[in-house]
Amino acid sequence: MESIGRSVIRKDAVAKVTGAAKYTADLKTVGSLYAKLVTSPYGHARILSIDTSAAEKVNGVHKILTGKDTNILTGEEIKDRPILATDRVRYHGEPVAVVIADTLAIAKQAANLVNVSYSPLPVIRSPKEAYQQGVPLVHEHLGDYEKIAEVFPKPGTNICNHTKIRKGSMEIGWAKSTVVVETEVSFPPSDHCAMETRSVSAEILPNGQVIIHSSSQVPFTIKKMLSSIFGLNQGKITVHTPLVGGAYGGKSAIQLEFIAYLASSAIGGQKVQLINSREEDFITSPVHLGLDAKVKLGCDAEGYLQAAEITLLFDGGAYSDKAVDMSRAAATDCTGPYQVENLWCDSFCMYTNHPYATSFRGFGHPESTFAVERAIERLAEKLGMDPIEFRWKNAIRPGQTTPTQVILNESRIGNVRRCIERVRELINWEEGRRIEITPERIRAKGVSCFWKNSNIDTNAGSGAILKFNEDGTVHLNCGVIEIGTGSRTVLAQIAAQKLGIDVDQIYVEMDIDTSSTPEHYKTVASRGLWMAGRAVLAAAEDAIGQLLNVAAQVFRVSLDDLDIGKGFVFLKDNPARKLALKELVYGYVYPNGNAIGSQVIGRGSYTLRGMTFLDPKTGKGVPGPDWTVGAQAVEVEWNKRDYTYKILRAVTVIDAGTIINPKLAQGQVKGAMHMGLSFASREGFIFGPNEVVETTQFRTYKVLRYGENPDYTVDFVVTPSRETAYGLRGIGEHALIGMPAALANSLSTAAEVHLNRLPLTPELIWRMKTGGVR
Amino acid sequence: MTDQSHTRFSVALNVNGVKRKTEVRSADILLDVLRNNFGLTGAKPGCLNGDCGSCTVLVNGWPIKSCMMLAVAASNTNIVTVEGLKGSATQRAFIEKNAFQCGYCTPGFIMNIEGLSAIHPDADDSIIEEWLQSNICRCTSYEEIKAAVYKVLGKKPEAGR
Repeated sequence: MESIGRSVIRKDAVAKVTGAAKYTADLKTVGSLYAKLVTSPYGHARILSIDTSAAEKVNGVHKILTGKDTNILTGEEIKDRPILATDRVRYHGEPVAVVIADTLAIAKQAANLVNVSYSPLPVIRSPKEAYQQGVPLVHEHLGDYEKIAEVFPKPGTNICNHTKIRKGSMEIGWAKSTVVVETEVSFPPSDHCAMETRSVSAEILPNGQVIIHSSSQVPFTIKKMLSSIFGLNQGKITVHTPLVGGAYGGKSAIQLEFIAYLASSAIGGQKVQLINSREEDFITSPVHLGLDAKVKLGCDAEGYLQAAEITLLFDGGAYSDKAVDMSRAAATDCTGPYQVENLWCDSFCMYTNHPYATSFRGFGHPESTFAVERAIERLAEKLGMDPIEFRWKNAIRPGQTTPTQVILNESRIGNVRRCIERVRELINWEEGRRIEITPERIRAKGVSCFWKNSNIDTNAGSGAILKFNEDGTVHLNCGVIEIGTGSRTVLAQIAAQKLGIDVDQIYVEMDIDTSSTPEHYKTVASRGLWMAGRAVLAAAEDAIGQLLNVAAQVFRVSLDDLDIGKGFVFLKDNPARKLALKELVYGYVYPNGNAIGSQVIGRGSYTLRGMTFLDPKTGKGVPGPDWTVGAQAVEVEWNKRDYTYKILRAVTVIDAGTIINPKLAQGQVKGAMHMGLSFASREGFIFGPNEVVETTQFRTYKVLRYGENPDYTVDFVVTPSRETAYGLRGIGEHALIGMPAALANSLSTAAEVHLNRLPLTPELIWRMKTGGVR
Repeated sequence: MTDQSHTRFSVALNVNGVKRKTEVRSADILLDVLRNNFGLTGAKPGCLNGDCGSCTVLVNGWPIKSCMMLAVAASNTNIVTVEGLKGSATQRAFIEKNAFQCGYCTPGFIMNIEGLSAIHPDADDSIIEEWLQSNICRCTSYEEIKAAVYKVLGKKPEAGR
């Protein structure tokens, strides 16, 4: 009956292998109209005119909306983004108009006939360029935008957020440093590439009820945003999210929902579907941010880090969305999981004329980790110390403090050193990290460490309901979205363990309905099981309390005489005296017909405790409840002659706390490693003139395909968290974080050249090695 | 404005062993007709460009990207979608080997492997790779899918795995 630690089959398994699984775009209804966007062909341009007359003449077109009809600014942190562009477009792919028609074919035909005339403007092509004095401003009216208090844009510049981390004394730090290195890294924006493109529908009923279906990680936030932007009562809005076909952070942004709502509103409330084409999903909807960074590190003669000065310039693109938060999150963990007493970090989120960015798996950490781990590699090299030993020596431990001055204990930080030790064994470090197999073929290894906290709202929370059927089976209702992680299955395991029943007795629907599902903040930040696990435990305890209450009356004993397990409530001193749960879950009925008790409905909710905003001057504060840590290694075989390489092996050792479902945990870790290697080895937008994205299809924007993957090895260190359900830790994102750095470290070792840019293509290695000269 | 491209024609398609009549435009792709006309939403749009394989179905036993085939061209063929499988070895192997997460690419992969195992029951790694590189999975590491294919083909996992 143990549910914890078992590789229970996912609750959505049969639906997913039979085609029965329904995603947003599968929910067709008769009478739905279709919307198609008209988007900007320029990275930056003034809109001179929009002529919709020819498009309006197409039979079956109901309405065409432009920025004039929708003059509203949106944004969760800074309200800087129009729903449809008004006077100018700031990125290639930006929505300019939307056509609503009887069929998608008609909508597309009409969209092609919308005639927009543009006058191109000078573009900002990188965060570094954006940071320079005297360059064009992406947002001239930055100072006028509404914003929350915790972001710090600088009007008159392209800075949309600035986070400062100040710890210790840089003077002392540099004085103690005998070896110092400086490293610069850079990579362009890229994409999440969920296989399901973003899809929404909106409908407004005659009584004013708004019904949204959205392929989203944040249905509860959609409700709140629609409410605040359009002045609707939250009770009038219901957001449905069925299964989501991949998200990786990209579906935590709210964009198409606003357009679909306005479209439905403009035609009297009829249902309108809006589904991204792949090309739109690549650039119109938000992307993964890019970075230009500079890291200066110093250590003493024994190899202990003494000082770090880190400047991160994130490419947030044309609008702020969540990039401003990612730039802050990156700053809070900017050193990686190492003890650094003297630290100075400036993290800037920059506006550019690139597609705007939103959350991406790892939330600022894969990016900053690439920068700092490349610098660490160089520092160890300059010092003449083995890079694994260097990392082990400096690994952060309980009692030490993070960049934001949180004092760590074992529950909060786990065991970084143990992860490093285990990676060293698994990658067979002793054999040597650069081996010439033949004069042409070099095998090399590289390592990296990672850590990450959540950096979500300080009051983020989750709720759960456990509702019993008469036969003792249970429905688990909670707001974690099934985006692929299997979290809803793992939550059922937690409920089953607590209730002492088999997990097969727990049923989990995969659809979220914000009107009846208890809220889960957002399905982001590897906090699904963390927060909802606590809510489920609380709901189970609540249900158990109700069951014991009835049983206590039946047995005429006190509550503490009773226990629950194996499907029964029984007397502790005489387990043979017991009642099956099904005799209690709808109340107990005495032989004469009298009933006591009633249907058992357990409810629980949980909100993070003790989080604080960061001090704007020093960054001091508590950005989340705990860090998940780990170490990673990559082994490559690089060909000296043509600069190509094959990734042979990738290893992750992660302190995952208690593993609830080993198979699903392995899957999350391997999948994240895979995404990290795909990103690091081949992904990144290529921009043409006026910052037009030239890679908006899978034939030009390459991702790893079957057989291009290395062998993956995953191992777990188990330091249970003292705050979570059964000691689990968040693991959804983390194994992506160190992959780019580990790959770059292995290739730099192989090619004996410093590779500080992504993606790590053979061409890049050739250019770095030869200066690009044949 | 009238437009010929929106005119509909009657066609009969043999889907999952049932001959079904429907109305299509000449430009309608098989994927859209399966999904919109027949409610067979197992085949998924991922790129509508032949790049991702999410829409793969079997046409006369061969995996075909249904976004790349006109519906009218599929008349007089035998079409099998994921809904036409009933507890096949591939479906069981995908569950056993945890070969999916979000599940969106899964029907496409499963149909491709159904075709592969029928046409190349003794496929070696290079044939498997050639076939499965036409599909993209963004969640798993492909190792899980490889384990599932091996299971279906009755191949032993390599040593050390």
